[in-house]
Amino acid sequence: MIRLRLAVALAGVFCASLAVAQATDPRRSGYLEMGPALQKMQDDDTANPAMLFVQAGAATWAEKVGTAGKSCADCHGDAAVSMRGVAARYPAVTPPLDRPVDLGRRINLCRTTHQQAPALEAEGNDLLALSAFVTLQSRGLPIAPPEDSKLAAMQAQGADLYKRRQGQLNLSCASCHDDNAGRKLAGATIPQAHPTGYPIYRLEWQALGSLKRRLRNCLVGMRAEPWEEGAAEYLALEAYLMDRARGMPLDAPGVRP
Amino acid sequence: MRGVLAACLLSLLPGSVAAQQDSIPHSLSGQPGDPARGRAIVANRTVGLCLLCHSGPIPEERFQGNLAPSLEGAGLRSTPGQLRLRLVDARRLNPDTIMPPYYRTEGLTRVARNFQDKTILSAQQIEDVVAYLATLKD
Repeated sequence: MIRLRLAVALAGVFCASLAVAQATDPRRSGYLEMGPALQKMQDDDTANPAMLFVQAGAATWAEKVGTAGKSCADCHGDAAVSMRGVAARYPAVTPPLDRPVDLGRRINLCRTTHQQAPALEAEGNDLLALSAFVTLQSRGLPIAPPEDSKLAAMQAQGADLYKRRQGQLNLSCASCHDDNAGRKLAGATIPQAHPTGYPIYRLEWQALGSLKRRLRNCLVGMRAEPWEEGAAEYLALEAYLMDRARGMPLDAPGVRP
Repeated sequence: MRGVLAACLLSLLPGSVAAQQDSIPHSLSGQPGDPARGRAIVANRTVGLCLLCHSGPIPEERFQGNLAPSLEGAGLRSTPGQLRLRLVDARRLNPDTIMPPYYRTEGLTRVARNFQDKTILSAQQIEDVVAYLATLKD
């Protein structure tokens, strides 16, 4: 009985401290800037359009492909166990490479080395769907980039890019997402740019899309030249933004306007 | 001696010197601006872009910004010359401003190919916007 009371008291302290942490953390997911209708669409797996992609990703997970004739599941087993927390760590350094890669590149490394199958098209629906399926296994877990000197260098490069002005309108990411987050740009609330929900289903796209695609949208808006596909700058910005969102829960797959 | 006298006289007139630094008094195009054309430029979110960040007395444009001061009363707060400078290159007043330089290309990096070496607005468009803003006196 005493032990039970102690447990209840400890749970109370834990909940209270969690509530305080959430109340004092000034960081906000873009989810909170949406109206109740879109929040409901994201929260309801039968209404969230990204879940159709997740289903396709689950099928790909189980599909034997390549000259090795293996599926993801043949090596990794139950994704709910083996993939739990994985998406919350990426971008990360991963063998056999000696440099940070994003989740999509990691999946393609498995395709080409272990399954001996052709890589899936970067940002194509198949890779986005499989990424969404893998990311779903980390839903609710805190974003937790690993401590790694090569990743740290990339995060620093991303932080520099984030603050650098560019384009005809002479804006930086920070001009809007740090200095003016919460204010209205053409009537829409500027989010703090925490990548908690990628890949996201964006209503403007009518499609599932990556953080890179979202970054390209911003560059076009700033009238800056988008970096070419696969450029290191996108990965650096992603590494920085994930570090900046460290500890925030993943709420992927997100829905955004 | 004459130079010293001139300097003394100038120092007695700080207001006029400040106004010189704080404004571009003459039309960029040599022509007067047209307020009606200026209003259309301000309202257009792909030409003037103004209402992305500012709000203004243009009720038919519902989605306006609040990153920057309202344009209401702009013609009361600033002279046409001051408005012109703020449009041309607000960095001259505040290097950290978020206001894009509408008639300067110096110091910009990684500009998209289709906007390279182009200013956001033309000289006459700047004049039209100045003429419109100068009418906002409420």
